[in-house]
Amino acid sequence: MIVEIGHFALVLALVAACVQGSVPLVGAQRNRADWMAIGTPSALLQFIFLAVSFACLTYAYVVSDFSVVNVMANSHSQKPLLYKVTGVWGNHEGSMLLWVLILALFGALVALFGGNLPAGLKARVISVQGWIGIAFLAFTLFTSNPFERIFPPPLDGNDLNPLLQDPGLAFHPPMLYVGYVGFSMAFSFAVAALIEGRIDAAWARWVRPWTLVAWVFLTGGIALGSWWAYYELGWGGWWFWDPVENVSFMPWLLGTALLHSAIVVEKREALKIWTVLLAILTFSLSLLGTFIVRSGLLTSVHAFATDPERGVFILIILLITIGGSLALFAIRAPQMRSGGIFAPISREGGLVLNNLLLATATATVFLGTLYPLFVEALDGSRLTVGPPFFDATFVPIMLPLIAACAVGPLLAWKRADLAGALGRLKFAAGAGILVLLATLMFADDGPWLAIPAMGLAAWLFVGAASEWAERVKLFRAPFAETRRRAAHLPRSAYGMTIAHMGLAIVMAGIIGASAWKQEEILVMQNGESIVFAGYDVTFLEMRRIQGPNYVAERASIRVEQDGEQIAVLTPEKRFYPVQGMPTTEAAIHTTWLSDIYIALGDEGETNAGEAGWVVRLYYEPLVPWLWVGSLVMMIGGVVSLSDRRLRVGAPQPKPAKAPSGQAVPAE
Amino acid sequence: MRTLFAALACWLLVVPAALAVQPDEILADPALEERARDLSKELRCVVCQNEAIDTSNAGMARDMRVLLRERLVAGDSDDDVRDFFVARYGDYVLMNPPIKASTYVLWFGPAVVLLLAAAFVWRAARRRKATVTPAAALSSEEQARLDRLLSDRDGT
Repeated sequence: MIVEIGHFALVLALVAACVQGSVPLVGAQRNRADWMAIGTPSALLQFIFLAVSFACLTYAYVVSDFSVVNVMANSHSQKPLLYKVTGVWGNHEGSMLLWVLILALFGALVALFGGNLPAGLKARVISVQGWIGIAFLAFTLFTSNPFERIFPPPLDGNDLNPLLQDPGLAFHPPMLYVGYVGFSMAFSFAVAALIEGRIDAAWARWVRPWTLVAWVFLTGGIALGSWWAYYELGWGGWWFWDPVENVSFMPWLLGTALLHSAIVVEKREALKIWTVLLAILTFSLSLLGTFIVRSGLLTSVHAFATDPERGVFILIILLITIGGSLALFAIRAPQMRSGGIFAPISREGGLVLNNLLLATATATVFLGTLYPLFVEALDGSRLTVGPPFFDATFVPIMLPLIAACAVGPLLAWKRADLAGALGRLKFAAGAGILVLLATLMFADDGPWLAIPAMGLAAWLFVGAASEWAERVKLFRAPFAETRRRAAHLPRSAYGMTIAHMGLAIVMAGIIGASAWKQEEILVMQNGESIVFAGYDVTFLEMRRIQGPNYVAERASIRVEQDGEQIAVLTPEKRFYPVQGMPTTEAAIHTTWLSDIYIALGDEGETNAGEAGWVVRLYYEPLVPWLWVGSLVMMIGGVVSLSDRRLRVGAPQPKPAKAPSGQAVPAE
Repeated sequence: MRTLFAALACWLLVVPAALAVQPDEILADPALEERARDLSKELRCVVCQNEAIDTSNAGMARDMRVLLRERLVAGDSDDDVRDFFVARYGDYVLMNPPIKASTYVLWFGPAVVLLLAAAFVWRAARRRKATVTPAAALSSEEQARLDRLLSDRDGT
């Protein structure tokens, strides 16, 4: 019964979305306030119906109702409760339901908090959200219905893939989806603005926080997925330039560009057309990311064709959304006028450079990810584009971006003094050279590029800090003055500084992990000791343990340094009987500067022919900085979101002009 | 984030073996082994999704790793080994696609995109400059009024 309620609520949500997608829009075109007002209740209703629907599916998982195909295929009565709940979105159908739920949530948020938006813009935005909702709800209902029943119900379910039974991955999809779907707000605002034919600073002031929310979650989602791969897959890798990763990385790159170009629209009313295009493209890439993973398109063009029903539906949705919005853009964009002129060397110029490089980086990842598909579709030949391609093309684009990232914030709007800005970065340059020299001394091998790159990371970190120091006049003014300035600095300024510092930390982590990783693979016996990366590692014992829905063999391995015990690590090899699948659970000891990472393999024989266990030891320098840096970037985003301007949120056309006759300093 | 599906494909296609390189595969000569590891990062496990044989668990990848080491022990250069695998499996086996007519778009695409975008920005900047007529210089009367206003403000 509850399952039927969920199913019915899903249908009602589609009906609500149809109303939401049509009535307010027609109202806005005909300027009828009563029709426009329908937007708010219909968006709220769609969200409520979807929340009910999602709750019903979750209920079916929690009580293990195996008469539902979806529950049967992805759950098991013995599974821990946490993974019963997260199993709801651990499969195609459930994850689509989560997607539309988040979409409806964003729509409802505009409906609730959009009171200060112009009525026409609000109605149009809500309608565009409604269209996306219609497309996805129809896709879910007609091709991926999670509420389908099975008769007779089986005694037990097939269980969730053990790799997904992990706290890191349990929350990876929701975060990623909030990120993907969050960009739908920028998209809806962009399409609404194109329909209206008008963009102003107020528009950007609305788009930016939503983009920022999406960006924070997408950053978290990507980092979480990377972290999961690192500890779960058992060989210490964290990024593979795999198509599935790339499709989540592309919206992140372009979303980052959007975040920056929206600043120019808000502050200077320039780059309007470009920002609208970015908003459309970013969400298009999010759609691509959602679908490409699920459609099997990436395996091969042929795999895509094996499930034509879903595949064709997906293609139609992509075609209408991306093609339609781009066509609208092509018609409307020439009529829009951008204001704000600026010299090439200026804050705007810096942000244009940021956009140029980020867009090129996105194009590079796009090419590398989809090129094998083009080639295969064209002449049937197959091609692999792997990490070496991305190392050769993506890295050279990112290095100038990082270098410029320290300079840009020091440039003034409109026209800036580059020499002056560089002069104010002398501490950053000093820190960069110092770190470069230190790296040169300590790094005995690894690629040469890693050495200047470490210097560049230090340059960015100290550069971001000096921009803040500059603004608060640290050490150049009395301390009280500095404190007063620090307190009055807007939170968005702090957000930027923090996020840029986070980027520098992530960069150092990437370099350390890829340049100086050490590895040892060997067979160890009880009581055996080896020296690895300056640590004494002793294999103590092997024990069999029983988990809630798995059995495991757990090794105890002692790690000592200079005769002092640092940790006893317990890597496991698990076996999940329901799915008949083994997994490895690596054990990690972190010093925050580096990780010692131990994974357990099969039983093996030593060179002398004696029985032992295969042990993989990894020394991963700076890897923890990847996660710390990502977190710092997210914190930067959140701090920026708490800016008063956004909290108060009123999209007033401009801050009240100072009384005439008094010049307003360009900021 | 490792693709789940890639990981799964490899785990499901083959009898679950252990992880990647096994101790018994490792060559005694460390220099040769290092070359083997570098090369095995460049070669794709042909039954997996986008995974190098260096990290793949598939039986096929293990066979390829063993074969690769046999070639090295037999005295092949790195290029010989690459050619050997390309002859068997085609360009598909290389993680680093070769630069040739069919991959020009791939390899030079990013640079072309960057140049085109830069040219577009440059053109837009010039056009914008052209449409904005520079403000005429202040007349002496205006200048005097400006000076007066400025000195007024200093006074307050």
